[in-house]
Amino acid sequence: MSAFVGKYAEELIKNAKYIATPGKGILAADESTGTIGKRLSSINVENIESNRQALRELLFTSPNALSCLSGVILFEETLYQKTSDGKPFVEILEENNVIPGIKVDKGTVEIAGTNGETTTQGFDSLGARCQQYYKAGARFAKWRAVLKIGPNEPSELAIQQNAQGLARYAIICQENGLVPIVEPEVLTDGPHDIKKCAAVTETVLAAVYKALNDHHVLLEGTLLKPNMVTPGSDSPKVAQEVIAQYTVTALRRTVPPAVPGIVFLSGGQSEEEATQNLDAMNKLEVLKPWTLSFSFGRALQQSTLKTWAGKKANVGKAQEAFLSRCKANSEATLGKYSGGSAGGLASESLFVKGYKY
Amino acid sequence: MSCFISKYADELAKNAAYIGTPGKGILAADESTGTIGKRLSSINVENVEDNRRALRELLFTTPGALQYLSGVILFEETLYQKTASGKPFVDVLKEGGVLPGIKVDKGTVELNGTNGETFTQGLDGLAQRCQKYYEAGARFAKWRAVLKISANEPTELAIQENANGLAMYAAICQQCGLVPIVEPEILVDGSHDIKKCAAVTERVLAACYKALNDHHVMLEGTLLKPNMVTPGSDSLKVAPEVIAEYTVRALQRTVPAAVPAIVFLSGGQSEEEATLNLNAMNKLQTKKPWSLSFSFGRALQQSTLKAWAGKEENVKKAQDAFLVRCKANSEATLGTYKGDAKISEGAAESLHVKDYKY
Repeated sequence: MSAFVGKYAEELIKNAKYIATPGKGILAADESTGTIGKRLSSINVENIESNRQALRELLFTSPNALSCLSGVILFEETLYQKTSDGKPFVEILEENNVIPGIKVDKGTVEIAGTNGETTTQGFDSLGARCQQYYKAGARFAKWRAVLKIGPNEPSELAIQQNAQGLARYAIICQENGLVPIVEPEVLTDGPHDIKKCAAVTETVLAAVYKALNDHHVLLEGTLLKPNMVTPGSDSPKVAQEVIAQYTVTALRRTVPPAVPGIVFLSGGQSEEEATQNLDAMNKLEVLKPWTLSFSFGRALQQSTLKTWAGKKANVGKAQEAFLSRCKANSEATLGKYSGGSAGGLASESLFVKGYKY
Repeated sequence: MSCFISKYADELAKNAAYIGTPGKGILAADESTGTIGKRLSSINVENVEDNRRALRELLFTTPGALQYLSGVILFEETLYQKTASGKPFVDVLKEGGVLPGIKVDKGTVELNGTNGETFTQGLDGLAQRCQKYYEAGARFAKWRAVLKISANEPTELAIQENANGLAMYAAICQQCGLVPIVEPEILVDGSHDIKKCAAVTERVLAACYKALNDHHVMLEGTLLKPNMVTPGSDSLKVAPEVIAEYTVRALQRTVPAAVPAIVFLSGGQSEEEATLNLNAMNKLQTKKPWSLSFSFGRALQQSTLKAWAGKEENVKKAQDAFLVRCKANSEATLGTYKGDAKISEGAAESLHVKDYKY
């Protein structure tokens, strides 16, 4: 086989398949300290460890929410945190059949000579770090590559650089027992139409899968976390069925059937938009050899965050808001979402221009 | 970026999907004049136009055979030939619900500095030729790229050249209304095991689909004609179930779901072997978003050829043999072949010729 079949092969395949279980998806709770700081400050909460811990505890102990999740992506600090009763977060997740995952990249840096295009860092000691995370209970990882659409972007250099980076990260993860989530995010910023986004997404995904093949990555033990195919942020919106059509077509043209699941990023869409788009994709009557699910950060936590506002008294209500989004997205993975769990907060756009994590 | 939408887009997608109809497959009857000469001489028949015509008429007019075929690949000469009673072959096929296809490559040439690796020629004036073929009734085309497995082969150069050639050919075909069959054949010659064949096949197919994407080819309007994944010809044989497992896994790892059908080449397997392997693949319980069918030349015609031996009085016998193989392979595309096809002389005979040159 082209693929590297190491000692973790069976486990990787099993875990990737489990994460792709229909009816479940991923909570992306891996905001770095800086990024979570922005979220907390938006609700006037101080960015200190105990508050970060409190927010995550709120999420992970929401009654019944975990049954809608197959995985949670954590930031390194969170991997080692506990509830206020002293129970490790990792244990809570494991007991509820939710696989802990870990963000392993170290952010983006600009590529010299380009118009603001970036590459992702994080290779130094990556293998050793993955081993540590595996010991701590993580079984999947995530690495975010970023591309943008502009008159001359994404450039071939940026595409190649990011595709190679994702492939190298992926094989290192697999060598160390972690299912790599491959995330080549094409930002929605710009005035381009949906066809342009489709074209770029297809080109990027084709490059990514060629790189994964070159690097001997075992596709059955990976997941893909792509952007949905949408018009640019400065362009008129289109119906969810149109987004579904373009997105699924792009994936059918580029993602080999061996990949068990595709877990979309929400990228600035409101909670309700993201859910409806995912639902429309799962309703589409066309052959899809991978499951289509979610790996949402903002689009799962926004209204929860606002409802909590950092106050203990609000925890119950905040947890209800969280459960509501989890259930909505779970139904969307089955094409069974009937809409209507949108409070005003859920329809709020989460788009931030040039969003830096 | 993304695919170029030709004015023929809907027709291409429709025809490609039709060729992949479960229960049907392709007869590869596109042997060049030189190649068909070898076949004819093996049954002591002179290689003249009328004999070439007679053989193809025998095949295309076999009662009941056309229902098992969705396409027939023709050599240029054959595209313009008629039955003895004057009916154009193209009409015979169309009336039988079979799409005519056309071989458009012009054979292989060695790549300088390699150990006998090749690339395929035929791009010059290809668009004009395709337009003519479309006018003559062709609706799909075929181009054979060849790679081999050896100590240092296939090289990155050979893979890139052949992938690029296939992609350019495919893009031109689509602009002219012909569904391109993409054929990256990895020869079975060699002493390597099935794992090696799988690794090379995956690498080659990944390169092909990257090239097709680069060249803006619309995958929904293409077909793939790959080798099955098998041990090398000098290596021990394995069971059809093993071939099926390795082959389908290689395809799952490289062929996007947008491709409607995969039509295997038989590459020297005997008629029965090829059918059993195809059948095993269709019985496999795993993800197969494309249909798996056949595009067989030798593996559909071998026993027919022997039964005919060039004699008019043998035509019926020969047509019976042809029908048997068509039906068997049709069942194999559904995973229902029970291996009970009446085995004619030659059906179990290996058709492997070392370093086969078309």
